[in-house]
Amino acid sequence: MNALQIIFLVVAAVTLASAGFVAGARRTMHAALWLVLTLLGVAILLATLQAGFFAVVQVLVYIGAIAILILFAVMLTRGLTEEQGAVHHRWWWLAALAAGGVFAVALVILNRWPGFQVLLEELPREAEAMTDWGLALVDPMRYLIPFEVASVLLLAAMVAAIYLAMSRPGGQS
Amino acid sequence: MSLWDFLRDPIGFLTTWFYGVLAGWGVAPGVAQAIGFALGSFILATGAMLFVMLLIWFERKVIARIQDRIGPNRIGPWGLFQSVADMLKIFTKEYITPIGVDWLPYNLAPVLSVASVLVVWAVIPFSITFYGADLNVGLLFVIAIASMGELAIVMAGWGSNNKYALLGAFRAVGQMISYATPMVVALLVPVMMAGSLSLNEIVQRQTVWYILVSPVAALIFFIASIAEVGRSPFDLVEAESELVSGFNVEYSGLKFGMFYVGEFLHAFTAALLFTTLFLGGWRGPGAEQIPILGFIYYVVKTGIVYFLTVLIRGSLPRFRMDQMMDLNWKLLTPLSLAVLLVTALTNKLLEGLALGWRVVVLILLNGLVLWVVNGLLQRYERRRVRREVTSVRRPVARPQQGGAE
Repeated sequence: MNALQIIFLVVAAVTLASAGFVAGARRTMHAALWLVLTLLGVAILLATLQAGFFAVVQVLVYIGAIAILILFAVMLTRGLTEEQGAVHHRWWWLAALAAGGVFAVALVILNRWPGFQVLLEELPREAEAMTDWGLALVDPMRYLIPFEVASVLLLAAMVAAIYLAMSRPGGQS
Repeated sequence: MSLWDFLRDPIGFLTTWFYGVLAGWGVAPGVAQAIGFALGSFILATGAMLFVMLLIWFERKVIARIQDRIGPNRIGPWGLFQSVADMLKIFTKEYITPIGVDWLPYNLAPVLSVASVLVVWAVIPFSITFYGADLNVGLLFVIAIASMGELAIVMAGWGSNNKYALLGAFRAVGQMISYATPMVVALLVPVMMAGSLSLNEIVQRQTVWYILVSPVAALIFFIASIAEVGRSPFDLVEAESELVSGFNVEYSGLKFGMFYVGEFLHAFTAALLFTTLFLGGWRGPGAEQIPILGFIYYVVKTGIVYFLTVLIRGSLPRFRMDQMMDLNWKLLTPLSLAVLLVTALTNKLLEGLALGWRVVVLILLNGLVLWVVNGLLQRYERRRVRREVTSVRRPVARPQQGGAE
């Protein structure tokens, strides 16, 4: 076991545990803060996979923008910052069963894939081909359509936000 | 290995010597590198925190001169050790934990606020040989880490169970998120010119300082970085008359000290980044051959930029909330987008031209953009309906009609 594997195990354990706390926290605010730790753990995992760009973007987008937004939404919603009491639903075991089933199916399917058992090779330092990645986003044969569709989705969200925040001439906002 | 080698490049010399000693003891190269990085980051972080004491002294002196005072002058020559005394005092102060705080966020916030600034120092190239890590996404890393600072402020404001703290945190984070927009767009200009996100590479490609290539982008970055740090004139976060002192009201002792150190360090780091991106970093005559010279250039340039921010802090009054937002969304953001467009197009169209001519064209175009935006703004200003600053006028109290007397 080398150092990278130890780091991977520790980070994965922390990520999983904090993901568990997200589901189990009694205050919504605490759940949001645990979510930040989970996202940070995923970013570190990406960094250990030599995907530095994606690790940084993960922090920038998910922690810098989305998690802060979630924190604000929680704090601005009345009554959501108080303690909620027990969060265990009566049917929690059914949810656990469903989640376990999905995990088992995913594991079986992944196990059939030949790449699952192959040990990863260390890439040379310049291997993170950002130029290629950027070109793939504007190439019609590759990822142009999903990329554009995502931007349409963002546009729709933006129009909706402006509509909600707009003050109408009648005086009522 | 001689005295000249040491004087030429002390950091590189010591690093080579250190790894040589470890290799002599039979330590594996991987482990030696881990020890080296740990030791290096420890020394750099401690040095940065101690350096803050000098910054505080400097700032107090300059602001005192602006206000026609002398400033600290009792302890040590020119009051140089005043900050040391202050630091020792703050060590001995009591930690007051109010009732109802959220323990973990409350105590984690001061640590995170200093850490989020110190981590940035890991990617800053201080000289050609002296840098922590040469990340190929360095600039993006700096921006991403800034969001950790916002997180620290939210945690402080929410964790301390105080509505003024929470309001202060909302303001601070709202300001930081808003000003990140023009800042990042302005940062794209140096990235585009250098063709890289790595801070090291941006410095090395900077044969012409980027402040000459795009003075408008440099100005936008400078203003936005002051706002990101939250210093005057953007210090609405700690508006004493409204918010007591913002998100850190409930902190005492060294926990408050951490926020204080974090703020000064953040301001200095902003100056470091400005120097790296727009003033050529460590570049200067002879800096490649004699790395220590590059370090000196870097410190001098950063000192000048920092002095400018202190001057601004000492002389400008605080913005009102709506003015602060207006400045960002109605001026800086459109201006930064315009500059980005102009720079990208010009750079592509004039690719064949010599660098000197391209720079001249870019400066002229920057001036044009500034002139056009200024004209548009003045037209808008003339047409604008002035917003009422005072509250709604209420009827004056009148003696009752048909009273008893």
